[in-house]
Amino acid sequence: MGSITLEHVKKSFGTNDIIPDASLEIADKSFVVFVGPSGCGKTTLLRLIAGLEDTTAGKILIDGKDVTNVPPAKRGLSMVFQSYALYPHMSVRGNIGFGLKMAGAPKAEIDKKVEHAAGILNLTSYLERKPRELSGGQRQRVAIGRAIVREPKAFLFDEPLSNLDAALRVQMRLEVTRLQKDLATTAVYVTHDQVEAMTMADKIVVLNAGRIEQYGSPLELYERPVNQFVAGFIGSPKMNFIGGAAAKEAGAATIGIRPEHITVTKDGEGWDGMVNVAEHLGSDTFLYVDVPGIGQLTARGTGELGIHSKQKVRLMPQQQHLHRFDEAGHAI
Amino acid sequence: MARRTTNSQVAVSTVGAWIVGFIIFFPILWMILTSFKTELDAFATPPKFLFFHWTTENYGIVQQRSDYFLHAMNSIITAVGSTVIAMLIAIPAAWSMAFAPTKRTKDILLWMLSTKMMPPVGVLVPIYLIYRDTQLLDTRVGLIIVLGLGNLPIVVWMLFTYFKEIPKDILEAARMDGASIGKELIYVLTPMAVPGIASTLLLNIILAWNEAFWTLNLTTSAAAPLTTFIASYSSPEGLFWAKLSAASTMAIAPILILGWFSQKQLVRGLTFGAVK
Repeated sequence: MGSITLEHVKKSFGTNDIIPDASLEIADKSFVVFVGPSGCGKTTLLRLIAGLEDTTAGKILIDGKDVTNVPPAKRGLSMVFQSYALYPHMSVRGNIGFGLKMAGAPKAEIDKKVEHAAGILNLTSYLERKPRELSGGQRQRVAIGRAIVREPKAFLFDEPLSNLDAALRVQMRLEVTRLQKDLATTAVYVTHDQVEAMTMADKIVVLNAGRIEQYGSPLELYERPVNQFVAGFIGSPKMNFIGGAAAKEAGAATIGIRPEHITVTKDGEGWDGMVNVAEHLGSDTFLYVDVPGIGQLTARGTGELGIHSKQKVRLMPQQQHLHRFDEAGHAI
Repeated sequence: MARRTTNSQVAVSTVGAWIVGFIIFFPILWMILTSFKTELDAFATPPKFLFFHWTTENYGIVQQRSDYFLHAMNSIITAVGSTVIAMLIAIPAAWSMAFAPTKRTKDILLWMLSTKMMPPVGVLVPIYLIYRDTQLLDTRVGLIIVLGLGNLPIVVWMLFTYFKEIPKDILEAARMDGASIGKELIYVLTPMAVPGIASTLLLNIILAWNEAFWTLNLTTSAAAPLTTFIASYSSPEGLFWAKLSAASTMAIAPILILGWFSQKQLVRGLTFGAVK
């Protein structure tokens, strides 16, 4: 079991409210990702759940039990740190088994569980090595091994993949997701990378300036963002926002259209524009188009469009994918 | 582009470094040489460098006239004793300042350091009077207290910088792993802090061993360490260079040997934060 509930949690450092008022329900066995720009309070929120920071006000419940004043050691959670935070003077075996040793488990049981975890993570041949003798990816695995071996109520991940190179990151992303499903353990994962958030999460929490902007499944956030912030944060390349006359026509202060929802033609219907930069990825073409009276719009076409910079194009937004926002930025 | 050095440049720097090293080492070398001369040769002008009548009689006379082993034992006891006292106070102090700092932590650290800026002679009279009235003059205990407290600021500073280097994440990881404060201390912090504690310990022993202001002023015979033992050869019956040198050589030998064998630890400790 591992459901986590936040009730009006507040965290201030001095007079500075990092988290003004956060309430959240994390269901047992679900994979929840906290995402947001840097400084939005996502790591602080995770540390509050871990117990590494004290709440200023509000309650934190794990499995319905109030743990607000319970020290981290007694919350039954485990955490994977961005820096891995391995014990440098212990072998891989010692690192993975440390939590069990602290819990007073007998040596034979520790060995059995450590070896089992090492097997899952392909670390069996490294068990006697010290962390400094391992590569970044292997250290990451040790940190994960340390987290899973204790069979916690939930895993807390603090940007665990941000120190890995791009290829390894994609691979570890898959492994973490698979592991979480196999172990059927609740996971809370902090990242600033919205691709990680979209691919790994059952549910995403979008944070901005300490406030929870939206909480929902990845596709809910993509299809029905509640406000302009979420609309701009989820999706890559970013959603285009258009104000002025074009927006007024649609009955909104601002309209938003994602690059993949703009049909690009050489001489069809729509806005006249001049291609400023064209990026050819083979699988996709990204066009940055100057549209007189509107500004620069980003358009995305599937495959190679055969359109190059300084070329004239027509952009037609797909009406069914238009997002409309009022003056305060809320979705209409 | 990497900077290139030619062989001749390396040769010139090597010779230069040896010359500088020799100049720095020369007084010690001269002291050791003088300790093997007769008093007459020690005074000779022009000075005799290697060609003189080698003798070990000075060492015999020194040992006869004053009890080297008593003073050496006093030095060992006061240096180690004062270091142990300083460490006992400094480890928890530096610990809490590094891991649970408050708004005032920096101020306290600076205040502690500021006490080292005052010349010790400024408090000689009050301390002397306190020691006289409490019967601490010329006692090992008295010396241990004054040396231990005198070096305390430096010890706290050194330990503070070492403890600061231990990543907070690792301590938090231990907490998440279910370690209580006590277990965190035994299994995680102490093993990581040992190199820093060891080099602070060594440096403090050397500082206490060489301390010559308080040892000279607060002891005369019973608790006198080697510094007082050396000084006794420079005053009462005029100067005896050869015997003074013999006494000095005997006084620095133990600490030199300790330093030699622990140099790796010392250098590692002193450059801890700088190079990792």
